[in-house]
Amino acid sequence: MRRFWSWSIVGLGVVYFFLPLVGMLEFSLKMRRGAYSLDAYASVLADARFRATFGYSAVMAALTIVLGVLIVVPTVFWVRLKLPKLRPVIEFITLLPLVIPPIVIVFGYIRLFNTSSWLPLTGSTLGSDILLMIGYSVLSLPYMYRAVDTGLAAIDVRTLTEAAQSLGAGWATVLARVILPNVLVAVLSGAFLTFAIVIGEYVFAALLDRPAFGPYLVWAGGNKAYEPAALAVMTFALTWACMALIQLATRFSRHTRMQPK
Amino acid sequence: MSFLDLSGLRKSYGANAVVKSFDLTVEKGEFVSLLGPSGCGKTTVLRMVAGFETPSAGTVRIDGQEVTGLKPNQRNIGMVFQAYALFPNLTVAQNVAFGLKIKGMPAGETRDRVADMLRLIGLPEMGSRYPFQLSGGQQQRVALARALAPQPRVLLLDEPLSALDAKIRVSLRAELREIQQKLGITTIFVTHDQEEALSISDRVVVMNAGLAEQVGTPFQVYNQPRTRFVASFVGTLNTVEAQVLDAGAGRLAIHGAAVQMAVPPGTRGKVQLALRPEAVHLGYGVDGDVVLPATITAVEFMGSVIRVRAACADRIMALDTFNRPDTPPPVVGAAVSLSFKPRDLILLEG
Repeated sequence: MRRFWSWSIVGLGVVYFFLPLVGMLEFSLKMRRGAYSLDAYASVLADARFRATFGYSAVMAALTIVLGVLIVVPTVFWVRLKLPKLRPVIEFITLLPLVIPPIVIVFGYIRLFNTSSWLPLTGSTLGSDILLMIGYSVLSLPYMYRAVDTGLAAIDVRTLTEAAQSLGAGWATVLARVILPNVLVAVLSGAFLTFAIVIGEYVFAALLDRPAFGPYLVWAGGNKAYEPAALAVMTFALTWACMALIQLATRFSRHTRMQPK
Repeated sequence: MSFLDLSGLRKSYGANAVVKSFDLTVEKGEFVSLLGPSGCGKTTVLRMVAGFETPSAGTVRIDGQEVTGLKPNQRNIGMVFQAYALFPNLTVAQNVAFGLKIKGMPAGETRDRVADMLRLIGLPEMGSRYPFQLSGGQQQRVALARALAPQPRVLLLDEPLSALDAKIRVSLRAELREIQQKLGITTIFVTHDQEEALSISDRVVVMNAGLAEQVGTPFQVYNQPRTRFVASFVGTLNTVEAQVLDAGAGRLAIHGAAVQMAVPPGTRGKVQLALRPEAVHLGYGVDGDVVLPATITAVEFMGSVIRVRAACADRIMALDTFNRPDTPPPVVGAAVSLSFKPRDLILLEG
């Protein structure tokens, strides 16, 4: 009997979560009157603005991931190795983007880097793109930091570093050839989460007036009927694909089956 | 001039001096063990030699070159860690080749050297395996090969056998010594296991509270301990209190029994003497032996050796006797006589 109730509650949860998705999927397939079709998806894919905004956001996501990795991996490594007492402070800083609304951050950026400031980044396309990439890095910081931190916690950072140093490796070699390959799965997890965040982000892109996918989603939602549902399904699929890739990366990483530190 | 020269090494963290003043000279090809309890500073000394800790004072010289200010990767020192520290993302062969690649050795030479090293450690077929596919003993062998591959000037071993089970530990320490002698590499070995240190070292440095209490061959350290700490840490030890009756004539008394042994002139009052369990015998012994009455309190059968504990006056004395298949071990509670030769008594300084 207890088993029955347990499964009933699980079933209720599944229905609560999946029913709206099924409804959305069904609606996205009803563009053609009286029959299910992929017309809404075809319409979305044929839209030049979709391709342009999605391409732009994908490039921005890739750049954000690179910037995030360059900032987070050495920071976490150094904090774990040399400044363990600073860890709570760094963790607090990385959590700030979750508690400070993006609109506050972006207004701060605009105020600091407007055309009459000492660094007028908003005055040019390239400057705005850089600002957007930095903003995205800040937004994804909690996820990237935690993913990398968890990855580094699984290996004996100090001993591996010292072993590499005793073999003649400098800091750059230690990071590139010892630390990074051993936290690659964690970095990939952070990267896929970052990708999912950047692809759907609206506030930064809209207020910095950049042609990103988030503002396109909002525009489509206000101006089209079936395409927004198709876009939502596609975005969901993309996020889930990212999650699946994280699992895949974990499974195919042979050396992660190492013994714990 | 010695090959490795540690002079006046000191390491403090705030007011806490972990290593107070450490001097040691090691000859080329020598195997020296730093032996001591946890927290005595032995690993800190090793880490200062490796460059992972900066000495608060003192110098480290290798082959005449002062390396105190050099970074760890500039010292050409090989190190093996307790936790193996193999790079989990690299195969065994790639691990061994790591230091060679950093040195810029050509690919062909690297391949040959890796093969040589794997043959040296007895794992020639394991090159393509990952560390997680090896046992603890195999991993530590690979770690040794990796440390030796770039031909370091000094090999540092930081409790490399501690994480292994007893049987592997004994066989691997013999292999370690054999490889060290074959290559003639100057080696410093840190351990808290006295049996390990005594069995494979040319010299042993017994450390306590940041200081080297005694430096000597295993025979010297065991049989002629200079301080009470060395005597008690290295091997099992009975301490006996004796009353000096006449220092000049070498006359002492242990629980009323007269003893003749040399003591420094002018010694007065009570002195502490040490006695190894193997120097104490059950029964009266021969003329000239010191004989004390005792009661057996415990008997530990350890195979070839039987360790007996006996209450003698206010102390418990331990003694070792060889097992004889035709003689049963003594019985707890039996009244016995303990005998020993005065020449086996060791006068403790501190």
